Amino acid sequence: MSGQRNGQVGRRITQAVTYSILPTVVAIVAALVATSIVVWATGAPIGGFVDTMLSVPSHRDTIIIVNQASMIALSAFAAAICFRMGLFNIGVEGQYIVGACAGAFFAGAGIVPGPLNILATLVVAMFAGVVWAMIAAILNVTRGVSEVISAIMLNYVALTLAGYLVKNYGERSGYTFTTPKIAPSSQPLGFGLFADAPDIWALAILAVIVGIGYAFLLGWTRFGFDLRTTGESRTAALANGIDPRRMVLVVMAISGAIAGLVWMPSFFGSTHTFGIPEYFQRGLGFTGLAVALLGRNTSLGIGFGSLLFAFLATQSNRLQSVGVARDVVEITQGVVVLMVVIAFEIARRIKVRREQERVARELEPATTGAPA
Amino acid sequence: MTILASAPSAIRQYRHLTLVLALAAIVTVSLVRVFTDQSRMTTPGTLRLALIAACPILLAGLGGLWAERAGIVNIGLEGQMLLGTWGAAFFAYHFGAWVGVLGALLMGALGGLLHAVATITFGVDHIISGVAINIAGLGAVGYLAQTFFTDLDGGGPRNLSGYAVPTEVTIPGISDGARWVSEQRWFLISDVAAAVAGVTTRLSLLTILAVALVAVTAWVLWRTPFGLRLRSCGENPQAAETLGVNVYRYKYIAVLISGAFAGLGGAYLAMVASSSFTTGQTNGRGYIGLASMIFGNWNPTGVLASSLMFGYADGVSLLSDNGPLVHALLLLLSLILLGYAALKYVGGERVTGLVVALIAVALLVWYLAVDSVPSDFTGMTPYVLTLFVLAVASQRLRMPAASGKSYRRGQAG
Repeated sequence: MSGQRNGQVGRRITQAVTYSILPTVVAIVAALVATSIVVWATGAPIGGFVDTMLSVPSHRDTIIIVNQASMIALSAFAAAICFRMGLFNIGVEGQYIVGACAGAFFAGAGIVPGPLNILATLVVAMFAGVVWAMIAAILNVTRGVSEVISAIMLNYVALTLAGYLVKNYGERSGYTFTTPKIAPSSQPLGFGLFADAPDIWALAILAVIVGIGYAFLLGWTRFGFDLRTTGESRTAALANGIDPRRMVLVVMAISGAIAGLVWMPSFFGSTHTFGIPEYFQRGLGFTGLAVALLGRNTSLGIGFGSLLFAFLATQSNRLQSVGVARDVVEITQGVVVLMVVIAFEIARRIKVRREQERVARELEPATTGAPA
Repeated sequence: MTILASAPSAIRQYRHLTLVLALAAIVTVSLVRVFTDQSRMTTPGTLRLALIAACPILLAGLGGLWAERAGIVNIGLEGQMLLGTWGAAFFAYHFGAWVGVLGALLMGALGGLLHAVATITFGVDHIISGVAINIAGLGAVGYLAQTFFTDLDGGGPRNLSGYAVPTEVTIPGISDGARWVSEQRWFLISDVAAAVAGVTTRLSLLTILAVALVAVTAWVLWRTPFGLRLRSCGENPQAAETLGVNVYRYKYIAVLISGAFAGLGGAYLAMVASSSFTTGQTNGRGYIGLASMIFGNWNPTGVLASSLMFGYADGVSLLSDNGPLVHALLLLLSLILLGYAALKYVGGERVTGLVVALIAVALLVWYLAVDSVPSDFTGMTPYVLTLFVLAVASQRLRMPAASGKSYRRGQAG
C-alpha cells in the first residue's frame, strides 16, 4: 500500500518537474541563448556580455535588485489576479501612475501627521488605483468594451493627466515640476542588510504581504474558488450561481488596489516626491505583466520571476562598460515571456499525447481479447 | 428574393446618408471656424500637419486590419512599428531612401513573423505574444541603435539623422490657387480649398503610397478570391478548412503583411513626419492604430476616416500656442455630439441619445466657462475619443467572428 502511495507521490513530483519547472528553465535558457546570439551577430563582445550578466552582484546591487523586485512583484500580482479570471489587465501601468500621483499629492500635503501618514497614503493610492480600474471594468461589464483596448487608452490618459496635475498643482523644482516632498517624520526606516550599502526600502515588505494574501485568497477561500471557476468557464460559473459580471468588477477592483501600491516602496523609500519623468519609474506595469506570465500566476513563481527580472535589469547597468548596449536585456525579457508560453504549450501537447498513448496501451489487451 | 432586391437599394441609401453626414460635418466645421474666428482650424498648414500625423496611424491600423481579418489580434503593432523606424533609418542611411522603405517593411515583417510563429504555430495567446513583442521590440531598437548608429556621422546612441528620404511633390497650379482661395476666408469654400492645398503642397510620395494602400487593401480583401479565403480564416477557420483552404498559410501571410504595414508606418515616422530617427519614436501610435481599426469597424475606409480624425488631434497638439484652437474644437465636438444624440434619439435609442446629449451639454458648458484649454488635453484627445466611441457604439461594431481565437488544424473533425 505505502509502496504504491510512494510511487504516486514520486510520479507527481516527476510530473511537476517535467511539466512545470523544466519548461520554465528551458525558456529562460533559450531566451539567454537567443540574446547571446543577437549580441554575437551584431559583433559586440560576447565574452564581456556573458561575464557581466553572470557575475555576482555587489552588495549595493543586491539591495537594488530586492527593491526593484518588490515593485515588479506587486505589479505582477495585480496582473496575475486578473489573468486567473481570464481578464487582461494591461491597465496596471495606468493604474499605478494614478495611484502614485494621488498618493504623492496626499502624502505631500501632510494632512495626517507622522507615521500614520504612510498608512493613509497607501489607502489613498489604492483607492485611486481602484477608481482607474473601475473605468475599464464598468465599460467592460455594461458596454462590452474589451478591457485590453480601454486599458491601453486609459494608460495614456493617466500619464497625461498625472503630468498635467503635477505641472499645475505641484511645485517647481529645477526644470521640472514635482509634488510637495513628504515630511521626514513620515519617511519610514528601511531594513539594513549590509553595512556598506543602503537599506532595503521599508515598504518592499508590501510585496511579501500581498504575495501571501494572494496565495491565501486564491487557494484557500470560497472567493478564490469562484474566481478560478469563472476563469475556466464563464458559463460554468453562471450555472453555479456565480455572477461573472460582478466577479469582473470585484477582481478588477482588487487588481487596481494592488496596482495603486506598486510605486509606493520607491516613493517612501527613496524619492519622497513624484514628478514625471525624473521622480518616477515608468514601465513597471508591463514588466509586471511579463513576470506574471513567467511565474504562471503563482505567488512563488512571481517572487522568483520578479527577482530574475530585477537581476537582469540591474546587471545590465554594467554592460555599458564592456561595450554592450544595456537595452539588450529588454530583448531577453520579451523573449523569455514568449518562450515560457511556448514551452508550456509544447509541454502540454507532449503530456496529452503521452496520456493518450498510455490509455491506448492499457486498453489494448482488452480490445484485442474482446469478441469481435 | 426580396432580400436580394432590397440589398442594393439599402446600400445606396446608406451611401446617400454618409454623403449627407459628411457634408453636414464640413458645414459645421466651417460654421464653428467662422463663429470662433479660429482660422487656424482649417489652414493648409494645419491640414497638412494632420495628414502627416494621420498616415502612421493609418498604416498601423491597416496592418491591424489585415491580421484581424485573418483572425489574429496584433497588439505587437507598436513593436513592429518601432522595428520599422530603425530599419528605415539604417537602410536609408547606407543605401538610399527607397531601400530604407524596403528595410522598414522587412523589419516590420520580421516582427510579424515572430508573432505568427508564436500565435499560429504554437497557439500562444495573441495578447501575450503581442505584449512580448512590444517589450522585445523596444529593447531591440534601443540595442540596435546604440550598436550601429553611435559611430556614424550624424548619429548617436539614441538617434540618427542625415539620411535620404522619399521625394516630396507639389502640384504647381492647384497648390497655389487653392492656397489663395483658402486665404480669402470664405465660408465653406475656403475650408475645402485649404484641404486641397494641404494635400497638394509638399506631398511626400510615401503619403501617396499610404493612401493608395487603403484602396489596395479594400480591393485585395473584398474583391479577390485570395481576400475571400483570407477573411474566411478570420470568420470561421474550421469551415474554411473543410473547403480546402490552407488556414495556416493564409494566417501567416496576413500577419506578415500586417507587420510589414506597421513597419511602413515606422518608416513614415522616421522619414516624413520627422527626417531623423530617435528611439521610442512611435510613442504609442501602434496602439492608436489599433484603436483606429476598431473605430473604423474593421473596414479600410473606416480606418482611413478614423485615422484622419486622430491625425487631426495629433497635428493640432503639435501647433504652438494651441489653447484657443482646442477651445474652439470643444465647441465643434459638442455640436457633433448633439447631432449624433439627435440621430440616436430619433432612431429609437433614447437612453444612449440622452447620455450623449448630456455629455455634449457638459462640453458646451466647459467651452463657455473658459477661454483656453491646456495643451495637455489635446494630446489626450485620441484616447478619450476612442474610449468614448467604444462606450457609445461598441454594440454596432462587428469584429471578425474568430478574431483572437486559437485555431489548430484538424479541429473541424
